[in-house]
Amino acid sequence: MKFAVVVFPGSNCDEDAYHAAKDVLGQRAEYIWHKETDLKNADVVILPGGFAHGDYLRTGAMARFSPIMRTVAAFAAQGGPVFGICNGFQVLLESGLLPGAMLRNRDLKFHCEHVHVRVEQTDTPFTFACRRGQVLRIPIAHGEGNYFAEPAVIAQLEANRQIIFRYTDAAGKVTDAANPNGSAAAIAGLCNDARNVVGLMPHPERACEAALGSVDGRILFESVVEALKSGTIGGSKGAVMQTIGSA
Amino acid sequence: MIDLQTLNRHGLKEDEYDRIVGFLGREPNLTELGIFSVMWSEHCSYKSSRVHLKTLPTEGPQVLQGPGENAGAIDIGEGLAAVFKIESHNHPSFIEPYQGAATGVGGIIRDIFTMGARPIALLNSLRFGALDAPGTPRLMEGVVAGIGGYGNSIGIPTVGGEIAFESSYAGNPLVNVFCLGIANASDIIKGVASGVGNSVYYVGAKTGRDGIHGATMASAEFDEKSAEKRPAVQVGDPFMEKLLLEACLEVMQTDALVGIQDMGAAGLTCSTTEMGSRGGAGVEIDVSLVPQRETGMTPYEIMLSESQERMLLVVKRGREPDVERVFDKWDLHAVHIGEVTGDGILRVKDRGRLVAEIPNRALTDEAPVYRRPMAPPDYLAEAQRLDVDALAGVPAPNAALMMLLESPTVASKRWVYRQYDHMVRTNTLNLPGFGAGVVRIKGTDRALAMSVDGNGRYCYLDPYRGAMLAVAEASRNVACAGARPLGATNCLNFGNPERPAIMWQFAKAVEGIGAACRALGVPITGGNVSLYNETDGKAIYPTPVIGVVGLLEHADRVVSRRFQAAGDSIVLLGSNHGELGGSEYLKVAHGVVRGLPPAIDLDAERDLQALLVELASDGLVHSAHDCSDGGLAVTLAESSFDSDGIGADIAVEAVGLSRSDAIDYAATLFGESASRAVVSTSADNASKVLERAAAAGVPASVVGQTGGHRLRITVGGKVAVDVPVDEAERAWSSAVERYFVKRVA
Repeated sequence: MKFAVVVFPGSNCDEDAYHAAKDVLGQRAEYIWHKETDLKNADVVILPGGFAHGDYLRTGAMARFSPIMRTVAAFAAQGGPVFGICNGFQVLLESGLLPGAMLRNRDLKFHCEHVHVRVEQTDTPFTFACRRGQVLRIPIAHGEGNYFAEPAVIAQLEANRQIIFRYTDAAGKVTDAANPNGSAAAIAGLCNDARNVVGLMPHPERACEAALGSVDGRILFESVVEALKSGTIGGSKGAVMQTIGSA
Repeated sequence: MIDLQTLNRHGLKEDEYDRIVGFLGREPNLTELGIFSVMWSEHCSYKSSRVHLKTLPTEGPQVLQGPGENAGAIDIGEGLAAVFKIESHNHPSFIEPYQGAATGVGGIIRDIFTMGARPIALLNSLRFGALDAPGTPRLMEGVVAGIGGYGNSIGIPTVGGEIAFESSYAGNPLVNVFCLGIANASDIIKGVASGVGNSVYYVGAKTGRDGIHGATMASAEFDEKSAEKRPAVQVGDPFMEKLLLEACLEVMQTDALVGIQDMGAAGLTCSTTEMGSRGGAGVEIDVSLVPQRETGMTPYEIMLSESQERMLLVVKRGREPDVERVFDKWDLHAVHIGEVTGDGILRVKDRGRLVAEIPNRALTDEAPVYRRPMAPPDYLAEAQRLDVDALAGVPAPNAALMMLLESPTVASKRWVYRQYDHMVRTNTLNLPGFGAGVVRIKGTDRALAMSVDGNGRYCYLDPYRGAMLAVAEASRNVACAGARPLGATNCLNFGNPERPAIMWQFAKAVEGIGAACRALGVPITGGNVSLYNETDGKAIYPTPVIGVVGLLEHADRVVSRRFQAAGDSIVLLGSNHGELGGSEYLKVAHGVVRGLPPAIDLDAERDLQALLVELASDGLVHSAHDCSDGGLAVTLAESSFDSDGIGADIAVEAVGLSRSDAIDYAATLFGESASRAVVSTSADNASKVLERAAAAGVPASVVGQTGGHRLRITVGGKVAVDVPVDEAERAWSSAVERYFVKRVA
């Protein structure tokens, strides 16, 4: 299994995603510079966290114009699993691969801390091995993670079961206090219509080793490995996640 | 042509001007005067501090690079070096908190990667006026946002630090930033220019008019007009620095570099002269080739600009394409602006026309050195007098403990460190607030622990002792995490050195640092001096801040301050002498800053630290926390926090210093005697811990055990403290945050 970790100028969690895929999961991994146009036969694409192009405009707004993003979009269109973490999620929103936008956190402050998220759906490549309702303790680190979309869009996301992660308390309950940034519908992560593109604000790559305080993020990477092994998805095979059916 | 007014504006004295004329054999032109003024400024020349700094211990078998380079370096085994330094950005942060602090972070990061090291951790040490004073929250909010804004974006975790609040910092906050990086020990790169004909390259951001005379500003006192100096504060661009960082580290792999230096204080002037001076060479550049952000900049402005995110490189002749290729990949300017020469002269041209010509040594080695007069401050004898029996209105111990936990200096800084990305790079083993910052080194079993500490109040009362205590505390924090302290860096924040009392404080503090570093085996590998920290004639508390770095050979042996399990034995290492002088307790409960700070026996301190490292590496302790601000009771309470509310039942003897029970309790519980730590260990291992302590000659006793959800302390058999952990933790957690929440509501 091969992970491609896209490196934008200003990416700073690229090495962390690479480490999780390669050293923790024991999979193959390769960095792909944003000026490249080839994903080098990768099975999974990770858009890592950071501040692509400095994020001086809106987060992710410049990165969508990087040459590699056309290739990523084509890979996604063929059903290839794409995982956007934090800034990577913001890039997916700006690229139109996922709906909605990010606002600044409601207290206008950057937050770095462990939060709890509940897995809402398991029929995506990145939640394949999870239990529905499973609560994961994973860190966030962002200043603009306050997810926003028009109420109609939110309703549609709900109806299509595209909300993949919500912020909750440790017991899995959605509360205002457990929502660290003010996200609409407590949304911490989403998928696209075809369910193969997933973006989330928390950093699962920071929660893959006990020494770092949590191993709850690991299952998201293990999920995609299992999902690909099971043969039901994959860019090269052109199948889409919907064929797995809802779990 | 140069009149007295011009001299004053450049912060130069008349006799200094005469020396300049002597060196040049003629009157300088304005560009040359500007160059001299920044290079001879206190900030760049260390003219008041140099004679004292020379006395510091800087050597040891582990030292790979001592003071004099962009940063120091120590050997951490497996062919690796830890490269680290601390630096101040006090003056800019007062004038423009966000950018002042942000560019402080940017500057210290450049110092580290300049050495060929990848920066992996940041710490900071901050001082503000009282948090309930008007203006402090706004200032602090800006500084914290600036530190976060830069560090978060560039992707280097801020893994720890310390903050204290004292009214003496109200008009002059301190922003000291520490950075640590990892390099291959054999690949450390220096800031030298050598090899006649080698090419001098300018890389990074364009030069603008920002920061002109920043170094001179940092070498003067503040007054009500300081806000007018805002244009002298630079603006940071962490994205540019991220590109510069990656590009420079990539270039360093090519073997095409001779030397490299960042353009920090005094910008192009300082980098060209220092690199030339270190390499025994001269540098000739043409400023018209320098990429400029604004039109019509004069050579004077280009040479003195402190625009951020710029580096000067000396590249081997013929290897230029290798270097240009890398910077091109990162879309960065890399411009050939001059050559290394053999005559030891800084020669600046503008479109070929000579605009400055100064021997390097006149700007560096021959810069003025002052042995300034010193005298103990007038306040000292009176301030050192403390009669504890005369204290009135002594609060009950329970109430006093709560007051201390709510004191912003002691209270949780979660509101602050939550704004710093402290986990990026996935190496952080001890989260901020859990003790020393600890990061693992991937690819090895090792980890590094680091801590920055200082206590201005102690140094105000006795700078010699206060400075020793600062070194001891930083080093002890590192040892509590289980790491063997290996090296130190210092940031010396003081008032106006032209006043004998300030100079005396400075000299005594340096003496104290030297004594402690020698005894504890942590040589100073570099640092920074920040003088003229005064506003309207009022100096800050003398504040040496010490950063210590230590090595854990087995990362999985890292220890934090938090209790791990109920039923563990709690062991107090060290002796309690009930010293209240200069304590947080006296300040908070009685509004008094007086007395002598705690005495310190450096041999006992060294033994304690060696024991802490041994206990951790043998897996004998579950937690370790040093006793400092707030004494034993605060240490115990903090050990309970962030541990799911594990309480403790403790019994200690009274120190017996006062006829009054109330004062005796206070001295026992809140006295700040040095060289102490509280560790917890499984009941089975308690006797082993005591045996190891006895063998090490460290006083030790089991003072209680963990369990329940209350912190209960009896003194001499009588209950003195009895509080629910969650109540104490709530008070401690919210005490800083509430000053900021209020502002939003």
